[in-house]
Amino acid sequence: MNGRGLWDWGFALEILHERLIPALGVTVLATVGGMAIALVLGLVVTLMRRSRNRIVSRTAGFLIEFVRSTPLLIQIYFVFYALPQILPFLGDGRLSPMMTGVVALGIHYSSYTSEVYRAGIENISRGQWESATALGFSASDTWLRIILPQAIPPIIPALGNYLVAMFKDTPMLSTITVLELLYTAKDIGSESFRYNEAFTLVGVLFLALSLLSAAAIRFTERKLAVAR
Amino acid sequence: MDLIPALLRGLGITVLLAAAGIVLATILAVLAGSAKLSRAWFLQGPAIAYIEVFRGTSALIQLFWFYFVLPLFGIEMHAVVAGILVLGLNAGAYGAEVVRGAVQAVPRGQWDAATALGFSRGAALRRIVLPQATLSMIPAMGNIYIELLKNTALVSLITISELTFTAQTLRADTLRTTEIFLIVLVMYFIVAQGIASGMRALERRLSLGRDVVVRT
Repeated sequence: MNGRGLWDWGFALEILHERLIPALGVTVLATVGGMAIALVLGLVVTLMRRSRNRIVSRTAGFLIEFVRSTPLLIQIYFVFYALPQILPFLGDGRLSPMMTGVVALGIHYSSYTSEVYRAGIENISRGQWESATALGFSASDTWLRIILPQAIPPIIPALGNYLVAMFKDTPMLSTITVLELLYTAKDIGSESFRYNEAFTLVGVLFLALSLLSAAAIRFTERKLAVAR
Repeated sequence: MDLIPALLRGLGITVLLAAAGIVLATILAVLAGSAKLSRAWFLQGPAIAYIEVFRGTSALIQLFWFYFVLPLFGIEMHAVVAGILVLGLNAGAYGAEVVRGAVQAVPRGQWDAATALGFSRGAALRRIVLPQATLSMIPAMGNIYIELLKNTALVSLITISELTFTAQTLRADTLRTTEIFLIVLVMYFIVAQGIASGMRALERRLSLGRDVVVRT
């Protein structure tokens, strides 16, 4: 223990300032990137699932179920190790660990966001669709101007919950050498043989940000409830 | 196909870990969920702290903390024990909120009737309210069990040779990356489907003779 006891405040502040805060930036960046993919891909899969073509809708339904019930860690490994073998143009490290991680997070969470979108869309009454048709809106106009603007605001809190869940899953990216919080903490631990400060601080950082986000989501929920 | 026997051995460990984790998580969920509803601060406080800490941090960080930091405090445990504990504690915290929600959804009159019949609050919870709340917990608990199963992959990172660990070892030995990971994904998928259909069967069984609609 380097003769500094179980907890060394000086060391804790030093690693927090010099290593963990920058690493938190990487973690947040991965979360934002992953969520951007999850939001777009989730919507695409939801639309596929509503397709009149049986094959398209069944395939989308199966993919959602499959991705959602298998571990994110294996999906990360799959994108990192197997995808460059299947798609050779991705080989030779053309997909950086960070990009790999963001893509895997995005794909995994699109299976959750698509369920949220589905619930939001199913809550729109039939009358809205019928009026849009009666007024001569095209399919894309109906979606973009009538359905989605009404379907999305109520589901923002649910999407927020998945944003927080994804944030808490980013430590898995440490396994493919993304220099996020957990990887940095392990690094600090193996350099200094002091695991206590690093791991505990990372835990506290996650806890603080999760609680903050949960409060923000509750606030949004109340605002939305008032708006309607 | 020659990869299957080794992967099946890994799958066996994964299923055992998941089963132990599910048992622990269920017990913790009922205890912490009930304690959060208690009027006694010494029950409610620790329950809220437990739920918030384990829901607010990552499962992987909890695992590393149990495995690398606790020994510094003189609490040394086998990787398997740390793995099961974290799987159970993590899922239990999410489950506690399910239990709390289901208990709160039981009509107020049930509590009043129990009080009128001379039940204490604890006895009313155990004998009257929880049995009625169980059915509505099942769908959400099923999802939590599947999340727990997915989290078992994380314990490969503290050297437990379950399915994911076995896959990584085989990958390094054979380089048949795509094949191995596809088989492993399908194996997890099948176990998850098993949990889902088990929970649906349980739900049907519990709803026999009760005036409720069960999703199919």
